[in-house]
Amino acid sequence: MFDSLSEKLQAVFKNLRGYGKLTEKNVADALREVRLALLEADVNYKVAKDFIEKTKQRALGQEVLNSVTPGQQIIKIVHDELVALMGEDERQSADKSAHSKAGNWMMVGLHGCGKTTTCGKLAKLLAKQGRKPLLVACDVYRPAAIDQLETLGKQVQIPVFSVRGETDVVKISKQAMSFAQSQERDLVIFDTAGRLHIDQELVQELVHMKEALAPQEILLVADAATGQEAVNIAEHFDKALTITGIVLTKLDGDARGGAALSMRAVTGKPIKFAGVGEKLDDLEPFYAERMAGRILGMGDVVGLVEKAQETFDAEKAEEMQARIADQSLNLEDFLSQLQQLKKLGPLENLLGMLPGMGKMPDLSVGESQLKRIEAIIQSMTPMERRRPEILNAGRRTRIARGSGTSVAEINDLLKQFNAMKKMMKEMGKMQKAMARKGVLPKMRLGR
Amino acid sequence: MGLFQKFRDGLRKTQEKLTTEIKRIVTRGPKLDAESLEELEATLISTDIGVDTAVKIVELTKEAAKQSGQVDVFAIARAEIERELSFGESGSSPTVATDTKSGHAAAWPSVLVKAPQPPTVILLAGVNGTGKTTSTAKLAHLLKEQGNTVLLAACDTFRAAAIEQLKIWGQRVGCEVIAGQYGADSAAIAYDAMEAAINRKVDYLIIDTAGRLHTKKNLMEEMKKMHRSLQKKAPTAPHEVLLVLDSTTGTNALNQARTFHQALGVTGLIVTKLDGTAKGGIVVAIARELKIPVKFIGLGEQVDDLQPFDPKQFAEALFAESPETRRM
Ligand SMILES: Nc1nc2c(ncn2[C@@H]2O[C@H](COP(=O)(O)OP(=O)(O)OP(=O)(O)O)[C@@H](O)[C@H]2O)c(=O)[nH]1
Ligand SMILES: [Mg+2]
Repeated sequence: MFDSLSEKLQAVFKNLRGYGKLTEKNVADALREVRLALLEADVNYKVAKDFIEKTKQRALGQEVLNSVTPGQQIIKIVHDELVALMGEDERQSADKSAHSKAGNWMMVGLHGCGKTTTCGKLAKLLAKQGRKPLLVACDVYRPAAIDQLETLGKQVQIPVFSVRGETDVVKISKQAMSFAQSQERDLVIFDTAGRLHIDQELVQELVHMKEALAPQEILLVADAATGQEAVNIAEHFDKALTITGIVLTKLDGDARGGAALSMRAVTGKPIKFAGVGEKLDDLEPFYAERMAGRILGMGDVVGLVEKAQETFDAEKAEEMQARIADQSLNLEDFLSQLQQLKKLGPLENLLGMLPGMGKMPDLSVGESQLKRIEAIIQSMTPMERRRPEILNAGRRTRIARGSGTSVAEINDLLKQFNAMKKMMKEMGKMQKAMARKGVLPKMRLGR
Repeated sequence: MGLFQKFRDGLRKTQEKLTTEIKRIVTRGPKLDAESLEELEATLISTDIGVDTAVKIVELTKEAAKQSGQVDVFAIARAEIERELSFGESGSSPTVATDTKSGHAAAWPSVLVKAPQPPTVILLAGVNGTGKTTSTAKLAHLLKEQGNTVLLAACDTFRAAAIEQLKIWGQRVGCEVIAGQYGADSAAIAYDAMEAAINRKVDYLIIDTAGRLHTKKNLMEEMKKMHRSLQKKAPTAPHEVLLVLDSTTGTNALNQARTFHQALGVTGLIVTKLDGTAKGGIVVAIARELKIPVKFIGLGEQVDDLQPFDPKQFAEALFAESPETRRM
C-alpha cells in the first residue's frame, strides 16, 4: 500500500523537481490520492475530508526540498498531521490512567469488540504496576459471559466478582464496590455486555451504572477493523456516557485501522490502549506514530524496531548489523537469529508489521524444527557455516547423515537462510529510506 | 414485524441522512460538477461498499448525466449493487420470501446446500467476536423449525467459556452438543462430532469454531486440519463453509474473506449485527472480487434473528428513495 501510495504520488509529481514550490494544483492532485488511501484504510469520509482540508493549508507554498521528492514530502506532512490528530503523547495518558488513585473503570462497546478479554489484560497490566484490581462481571446477557470473565480472572490471578442470576447491573455494581472495599481492592474494572450504540434501553443501563459508580475511566472498546460506522459508534457512546478514552483491539490483524483516526477526531478522546493479541499480555499503550504509519499503509516499522530492541541482545544485534552491512552473515548467525526471533513471537506477526512483506516466504519455525536446524548447523564444518555457498550435494548428504535429517531439509534451511539474509538487507534499506524521508526520526537500530 | 423490516428500521436513520445527502449533492446545481461527483463518491463510501464500487457508481452516474439531464442516483446505485451481489446476473438471484415465517421454507433449498446423504455438515468460521457461536445457534434453530435433526460441535476449545456458551445455546434450541476439554485438538472434536452425527443419523451437523484472525498462519492451519478431519469420515464434507462477518467491519472484511476463502473454500457469508446502523456494504466488494454469496444476515441476539439474504432487498434497504427524492 505504501508502495502504491508513494508510486501514485510520484506520478503526480513527475514534472516537479527540487526547489519548486508546492502549488495548489499539485498539492490538490497529491491529496486526492492521499484521500483515497485514507478511505481505503476505513477513515470516515467526513473525517478524511476535514483532514485533507487541514493538511492542504499546511502543504501549500512549502518549498520542495532538494533532498526528498515532493511525494515524500507530502507523505511526511500527512504523517505528521495524523500523529498530531491522534494525540501527542499517548504513553503519558496511558500511564496517567494507570497511576491515578483508587477508582472504578467501566468498559463499554459493541458486541464482540473484545471487552471481556481487554478487562483481563488490563487487570494483569495494572496488577503488574502495583495495583490491586477486582474484575466485575456485568454482562448479564450473553450466555457464559460470566464464566468467561471468571476463567480469565483465574488465568491472571485476579479476583472476579459476580452475582449469578442477578440481572440488575446497578445492584451488582453497588455490591461489587462494597466487596472491593472490604477486600481492599483499589481498582475495580467493570465488564459490561456488548450493545448497539442505538439501543436506547441498553445504553441507558450503562448510564445508570455510571451514576452509581462515578467511574474514573469509561473506556470505549472498539475493533481496529471497524469501518465507516466508527464515527457513529464513538459519537453515540460519548454523548451518552462522556467516555474518557478508547481501547483499540485486534491490532495484531492487518486492519489498517482508520477507525482510530475517526473516533479520535469526533470525540477528541485519546486512544489509551491497544490490544495486540489473544494472550493476556498483549495489551500496549497506544502509539500515534505507529498508527499513522499503519493508516498510510507504511507498516509498523517503529513498532518492529522497538519490539526487536526489547528482545534482542544489543551487542549481538550490533555485531549482526555489521555483518548484514558487509554481507558476511553466516549460518551460525542465522541460528542465533532464529533463536532470538522465536522470543519475539510468531514471525508472521512481525512480518505483518512491515510494509511489502506479503510476498515473503514462510519463515515460521516450530520448536522441534529449531532443534533440527540446530543439529544441521552443528553437523557442518566451521568453513561450511561461514560460507554456505560451498555446500554441494556431497557435503549436504554428509550433513544430513550426521544430523539425522534429510537433504531436502537442508535445502529448505538454506532457502530460509537466503530469504532471511534478503529480508535483513531489505529492512536495512527501508530504515535508511524512512530516515531519509524524515518519517521515522526516532529510528535507532543497533547503531 | 418481518425481520427484514428490522434491518430497514435499523438503517432508517442513517439511510435518511444518506438520502438527504445524496439529494443535496445532486440537486445543488444544474450540472454535476467534479466537486459534486467527489462528494457523491464519499457519500457512497460511507456505506462501506468500498472505493471501487463507489467509483463505479459515480462513473455510471456521470455517464447517465451525459445522456440525459435527469439522473436517478438511487436507481443506479441499487441496480449496480444488486448486480454485484447476484454476480452480474441481475434478477437471477434466488428469490427469498420474507416477512412470513413460512417464507423461510420456500427459500430454504436455494440457500443451503444439502448433502446427498445426511449429515449435511456446516462449518462456521471467522475472526474473533463476529457472531459465530450465536449464528450456530440461530442456524440450528432455523433448521430444527424445518423439521430437521441437528447436532452441534463445540470446536472452540480456546476462548474462555466458549464451550459453556455453546452448551447453553444447545439447551435453548434443543440440540445436543459434542464437546471436549479446553485446549483439546479441535480437529479431533470435529472428527468425534462427525462420527456421532453419522451414528445418530442426524440431518445436520453444525460446527462452531474459535475466532481467529486470518493473519495467524498457525491458526489458519488448525482450521484446515479441522476441515480435513471432517473429510476423513465423509469426503464431501463440509458441505457449507460459512464465513461469519461483522457488518461493522470495513475494508478489512475483504482481507478476511480472501484468506479464509483461500484456506477453506468459503461457500457463503453470514453477515451479523445488521440490526445496528452499520450497513455491511463490504459484502458488495467481496461478491465482486471473490464471488462468494451472502447466505444469511443476523439481526439480533435471539435465536430467531436470522434471515436468508436477498440482494434486491439489501440494495433497496441501502438506497431506498424517499418520496421527495424520487424525481431528481
Ligand atoms: N445485535 C446483534 N448482536 C449479535 C448478532 N450476532 C451476534 N451478536 C452478539 O455478538 C457477541 C459475540 O457473539 P458470539 O456469537 O459470541 O461471537 P463469536 O464469533 O462466537 O465470538 P468468538 O468465539 O469469541 O470469536 C454476542 O454478544 C452476541 O450476542 C447480531 O446479529 N446482532
Ligand atoms: Mg464463539
